[in-house]
Amino acid sequence: MLFFSYFKELVGKEVTVELKNDLAIRGTLLSVDQYLNIKLENTRVVDQDKYPHMLSVRNCFIRGSVVRYVLLPPDAVDIDILHDATRREARGN
Amino acid sequence: MATEEEIAVKEPLDLIRLSLDERIYVKLRSDRELRGKLHAYDQHLNMILGDVEEVVTSVEIDDETYEEIVRTTRRTIPYLFVRGDGVILVSPPLRTV
Repeated sequence: MLFFSYFKELVGKEVTVELKNDLAIRGTLLSVDQYLNIKLENTRVVDQDKYPHMLSVRNCFIRGSVVRYVLLPPDAVDIDILHDATRREARGN
Repeated sequence: MATEEEIAVKEPLDLIRLSLDERIYVKLRSDRELRGKLHAYDQHLNMILGDVEEVVTSVEIDDETYEEIVRTTRRTIPYLFVRGDGVILVSPPLRTV
């Protein structure tokens, strides 16, 4: 549940989601669920010339399992809180 | 208060706990490697890393000579969430002499 809670805090921030098929989508995080499925709005594909598939797409739902990375904005990371939450999560299991 | 629970290393995930806030090396699927500071992880090996260098290795075969050309592509990312299903191994950074 750690990362589910973390991403809920990130709603409204701009992130870049890199998929396992190398497509990278930049957008505003709209919502997330327990599977880390992601909804983005105001989306733009990062390399639009290479991936013209989604030129007119501005909102999307991304299945969590196809995500490779989420590139996070530096101001969205509170390191101390993450460390504490990780230690608590690790101890609880 | 520090308890025995915090310090005891019982299972592999506890070994990773020792690397929190330290630099680590992560080998991923698709011939990718990451080096960065471990800020968070869970039992799926989902992770958040900071100051990350990603190295992607690819092998090209020359049309004429049929020799293998190994190329690496690098990039740096300030903060990265990594989905655990792509992770192969986690380790302290390897020292290259």
